[in-house]
Amino acid sequence: MRIALFATCIVDAMYPDTAHATVKILRRLGHEVIFPENQACCGQMHINSGYMPEALPVVENHISAFDTEGYDVAVAPSGSCVASVRHQHGFLADRLGRPDLKERAARVGARTYELSQLLTDVLGITDAAAELGSYFPQSITYHPSCHGMRSLKLEDRQLNLLKSVAGITVNELPEADQCCGFGGTFSIKNSEVSSAMLEDKVKNICSTNASLCAGGDASCLMHIGGGLSRSGAKPTTLHLANILASTKDEVFLP
Amino acid sequence: MTHVFLGMPAAGQGNLHASEPFPQAAHHELGNTQLRANLRHATHTIRDKRLKVVGELPDWEELRDAGEAIKNFSMATLEQRLEEFERNFTAAGGTIHWARDAAEANEIVTALIREQQVAEVVKVKSMATQEIGLNEHLEAQGIDAYETDLAELIVQLGHDKPSHILVPAIHRNRTEVRDIFLREMPEVDPELTDDPPRLAEAARRHLRKKFLTAKVAISGANFALADTGTLGVVESEGNGRMCLTLPETLITVMGIEKVLPSWRDLEVFMQLLPRSSTGERMNPYSSLWTGVTPGDGPQNVHLILLDNGRTRALSDRVARSALNCIRCSACMNVCPVYERTGGHAYGSTYPGPIGAILSPLLTGIEAEENNSLPYASSLCGACYEACPVKINIPEILVHLRAEDVDSRRGQARLPSQMDLLMKGGSWALGSGKHLGLLEKALPLGQLAAGRRKKIKKLPGIAAGWTASRDIPAPPSKSFRDQWNAEKRSQ
Repeated sequence: MRIALFATCIVDAMYPDTAHATVKILRRLGHEVIFPENQACCGQMHINSGYMPEALPVVENHISAFDTEGYDVAVAPSGSCVASVRHQHGFLADRLGRPDLKERAARVGARTYELSQLLTDVLGITDAAAELGSYFPQSITYHPSCHGMRSLKLEDRQLNLLKSVAGITVNELPEADQCCGFGGTFSIKNSEVSSAMLEDKVKNICSTNASLCAGGDASCLMHIGGGLSRSGAKPTTLHLANILASTKDEVFLP
Repeated sequence: MTHVFLGMPAAGQGNLHASEPFPQAAHHELGNTQLRANLRHATHTIRDKRLKVVGELPDWEELRDAGEAIKNFSMATLEQRLEEFERNFTAAGGTIHWARDAAEANEIVTALIREQQVAEVVKVKSMATQEIGLNEHLEAQGIDAYETDLAELIVQLGHDKPSHILVPAIHRNRTEVRDIFLREMPEVDPELTDDPPRLAEAARRHLRKKFLTAKVAISGANFALADTGTLGVVESEGNGRMCLTLPETLITVMGIEKVLPSWRDLEVFMQLLPRSSTGERMNPYSSLWTGVTPGDGPQNVHLILLDNGRTRALSDRVARSALNCIRCSACMNVCPVYERTGGHAYGSTYPGPIGAILSPLLTGIEAEENNSLPYASSLCGACYEACPVKINIPEILVHLRAEDVDSRRGQARLPSQMDLLMKGGSWALGSGKHLGLLEKALPLGQLAAGRRKKIKKLPGIAAGWTASRDIPAPPSKSFRDQWNAEKRSQ
């Protein structure tokens, strides 16, 4: 299959390792990966902050980058950005009276997948150790990000893949379904409430004694990681793509 | 069909406003550790109960779909439903009054009480009367209104404000309740402990006399059934049943959006409401009345149908489903923001996620500080998932944020930092070339992070982020750069 990587702006700029890991996993399965060059961002920050006209060029850019015949499916290592592509682009087009854009958005949305969704639903992967050679000899806990969980209804897809990695220990995170408090510009506009939510997430992660917290969204992981780092806690955060890409020959060291 | 724009319907008034911006209000509440402990305990308990009883129903999702469909139909045909209800309720001996806003509703209620020549009324817990500030209005008119719901009584005796629509004293623990009773109930046992049965007993003794002597009761309503002209109140304590059956005069204040097409619709809502609100399969008391029954119960029965901004909300095509709310409170019980700040931070009678959309919809986004309410959410979506009538609260929050931003566009003022960030972001993220160009500056970020590889302090609005979170040092090259370099070398 020809798979278009939608790296997402935060992974592109801050976590290139995670994009590389996504490419590695897909190549290992024998797929060709392309990177549509003019991609930038899904526009979620603008939409969620209420800046709709400012969101439009960002969304239009994403749609022109991905509304092409040049690939079979697109994948992003993010539940939140995929949820935006699938659900928010049509909403924005509606709001700004752009039926043409809505139609194109629906076309792009229908073949854009979050990583665990693509692996599980499209590529039929159920055992990361056997099928991807994933090996990661550490204890982790797992935070399911809100948009993946509620908007994309990923259910246990990410967790099941992580559990099937060889050498891994997965400790259950108490109150895992609770938001970490990021919420994009919410963490700036309502910084104190956001911090109070983060404080509980950090406490819960520390209570698992895991050496790191895995998840499927780089933005939430940066938020949680920032809180862990500031509080002096030992655990760090890591994207599940990095864990799935890690093998016995090339163990990923966070 | 052509549409004729008749102008924006009147805005709601009364207790519907945040008086200070949400982040400031939240700051005060977050500092109260007792409050946070009380809220955490209460919301987590009720969340677990709700999940358990909802899980028992194999057709829960179908029930939610049905609830949403019935409400959408009601709202789409509201004129016909209300007129049908009025005909049937009036034919059964009840009297209907129409109130455009809070002030009109308060005046109608006051006049009806005056007609009975009394200075005391008993009240069933009601959101509509909270919204219009009826108790405050009656007090100013020299009429004492006694709240008979236990939690409302605690709030009233504590000279406090409700902080939750179902459990208005959720911010109080039982020790605080005992202290309020000892201070405010004239004939209370001075040995009163904080044992819940003893607290309930004290409240019961305090209220019993009021029930038996009151000539006038005031209630809200959970439902109005158009095809039979019936009103309904569901409750847990039996105080409602006493108020609805003992006094001679019964005055009900109800928002126009509470009307359901048919008696049959109770099948759906009587399953959805108790499970979503108290986490019970069925609430203990459900009272239904259709006008007047000669010789049985109140003989002088009135209903005030309240608009107070509802028609205004109905005119918003994206957000009108907020009116489908059945006031169950599931959204606030699952909300991580509400759990930390409590209800008072929202200012309005309606707190939590539903309040963050309903208050600005009723008053208009520009009223007082209500434009800060739609931002009081991380958009985690827990509210939408819990809502028994499937109100897409996160989407409406985003819609109202856009209304807020747009409402400020025409104003002559300097752009805010957020405006500049969004404008710059629109350029930077609007093409791969622009973003790629900006990413060339990543090494500067590395420089700022220094040897610790952490950015610990940022200026301006971003200081909110670094107040409690570090930012990792960025990589020296973006993925885009690395990918292109790899391609060139092939």
